[in-house]
Amino acid sequence: MGFGALFLRDLRLVWRRPGDVAVVLAFFVVATVLFPLGIGPESNLLARIAAGVLWAAALFASMLSLDRLFAADYEDGALDLLLLAPWPLELAALAKCAAHWVVTGLPLAVLAPLIGGAFGLDDRSLLVLVLTLLVGTPALSLIGGLAAALTLGARRSGALLALLALPLCVPTLIFGASAIEATATGEGFWVHLAILGALALMSLATLPWAIAAALRQAGE
Amino acid sequence: MADLHFLANPARFRRFSQRVLPALWLVTALALVIGLYWSLVIAPPDYQQGDTVRIMFLHVPSASLAMAGYLLLAALGASLLVWRHPLAALMARATAPVGATYAAVCLITGSLWGRPMWGTYWVWDARLTSFLLLFFLYLGHIALSRAYDDSERGDRAAAILAVVGAINVPIIKFSVDWWNTLHQPASIMRLDGPSIDPSLLWPLLWMMGALALLFVALVLMRTETEIDRRRLEIAENQD
Amino acid sequence: MVSAVLEVSGLACRRGGRRVFDNLSFALTGGELLALTGRNGSGKTTLLRALALLVPSLAGTIRWKGADVHDDRENWRAKLAWLGHQDGLKGDLTAAENILVAQRLRGQPADVDRVAHALSAFDLTALKDRAARTLSAGQRRRVALARVVAAKAPLWLLDEPLNALDAPAQKALNEGLTRHLAEGGLAIAATHAPLDSARILELGA
Repeated sequence: MGFGALFLRDLRLVWRRPGDVAVVLAFFVVATVLFPLGIGPESNLLARIAAGVLWAAALFASMLSLDRLFAADYEDGALDLLLLAPWPLELAALAKCAAHWVVTGLPLAVLAPLIGGAFGLDDRSLLVLVLTLLVGTPALSLIGGLAAALTLGARRSGALLALLALPLCVPTLIFGASAIEATATGEGFWVHLAILGALALMSLATLPWAIAAALRQAGE
Repeated sequence: MADLHFLANPARFRRFSQRVLPALWLVTALALVIGLYWSLVIAPPDYQQGDTVRIMFLHVPSASLAMAGYLLLAALGASLLVWRHPLAALMARATAPVGATYAAVCLITGSLWGRPMWGTYWVWDARLTSFLLLFFLYLGHIALSRAYDDSERGDRAAAILAVVGAINVPIIKFSVDWWNTLHQPASIMRLDGPSIDPSLLWPLLWMMGALALLFVALVLMRTETEIDRRRLEIAENQD
Repeated sequence: MVSAVLEVSGLACRRGGRRVFDNLSFALTGGELLALTGRNGSGKTTLLRALALLVPSLAGTIRWKGADVHDDRENWRAKLAWLGHQDGLKGDLTAAENILVAQRLRGQPADVDRVAHALSAFDLTALKDRAARTLSAGQRRRVALARVVAAKAPLWLLDEPLNALDAPAQKALNEGLTRHLAEGGLAIAATHAPLDSARILELGA
């Protein structure tokens, strides 16, 4: 009940300001387009780096949108209402991260094949790209959510958030990108995807507790 | 009115460490002198790597201790979160920069060793890359614990980070190893073989002990400083 | 002698190694209002946050109808209506939406009638469809108070409820409080200005 209310509230808040999401998606597109411009339009090379570039850009795009995840509630006092809600704060953390995923991870997964196609990825690789993003980005939302909760009220919180979250995102990045590369070289991608799924499940099982602990100490 | 009651425990710690530290420093210095002489002069050069192998005597112990240091950080974080032990927070503050330094020593010695062996200062070797990430985890901890005007908030936030980070260290290591075998199938020369000659093993273990003593001594000394610093902060906040 | 509903005994809090208050005890029965007074920094907000278990207390117990509130935190939180230092309103939601969402976040079904009633008590009916960010500070405070009234909670914890309120709004708050107390509710308010029929607890004295 409370979970759904919070999830829908956050989606409604984004709906009222669609520009915030658009900026993140635009960042993703612009950041990836810079690579062909910097490296050159040679299609073999682009197809080889596409997986890494798209995953790294997706990672940066989700970090970029995360610093407001809890900060807005922290600044206007709505965080106190969440802390005082008569249901577990872990669920509230999960609801906020889920809403974040719906407005960033999901659109990124939809947008990525367009750019992947421009990088010269074949159809099968594009399919795997979408799959890895769908499976892997929830972990990014949760890891970033923890970093966002830990940096509430800190000085230089934006840069600090990235410093905290990026090393923890490395496993997700590695398996996300390697699944696509494995497809390109003709190996099966299922092992990579399965490990990616395991990473996401592990984040799902542990991080809501850590985020709740971080929010509680921010409320003290 | 000064109210330093909550530091009663740290005060007891301080009395203890002041008694122990001078002797500890003496033992540490002695152990380091013996260990360095043993590993740099007495130990025979490796038949393949020559004198370069001597870097290992610094590299391997600093790697293990950097890893152990992060586990210590997580244990201190857990005891702060569970029991709200004020000394744990101060000790974590003292430990993080020491652990980061050990990780940095591991990276620097690794790349110095890489120059004659690989012909370049940096290769994306699995071990070096994981320790680079461990170094970043340390940096994040240090930055977070000092990012708040209220130091106790920094302590608690960093404690949560340390616990989550420690759970992730093996996962990061596993994924970096995977990534490394995927991209560099050719086996590269390893710095630590499974079969190591006893003439190299004993000085290595000795150096491990000596550097562990140095780690403990540095942490104790820095914890004293952190206790004093926190006392000053509290004194400043009194009205 | 009516037995106390809320009993606080020996409560102590510290922040940054500094003692905020020590050995604080009081008891409230149904229908009582406690006004926390004292100078800035005397610990009024900390006491409210400690009662809501947002800030851990170092010593002491808080009992509600005889049961320690630490034993069942979620049940305790269901009993509280909170008005913090900040209003806790989302600027992009309308005044009415803010209150409805707050009700659902408390795990209650949205009660449109009750919300309409609370809004009209604070003379907000005309403003109910305006986004909260377009309201003035006093109007936002009134929305936050309407949220408290709509919350159906036996204990109100209010931090400076009179802040930014004009005379009619202060009167509305006093009326709302009176009705809440008459129904057997309790309220604790940190305040500088006097509230009707309040018992006073001075902190930092």
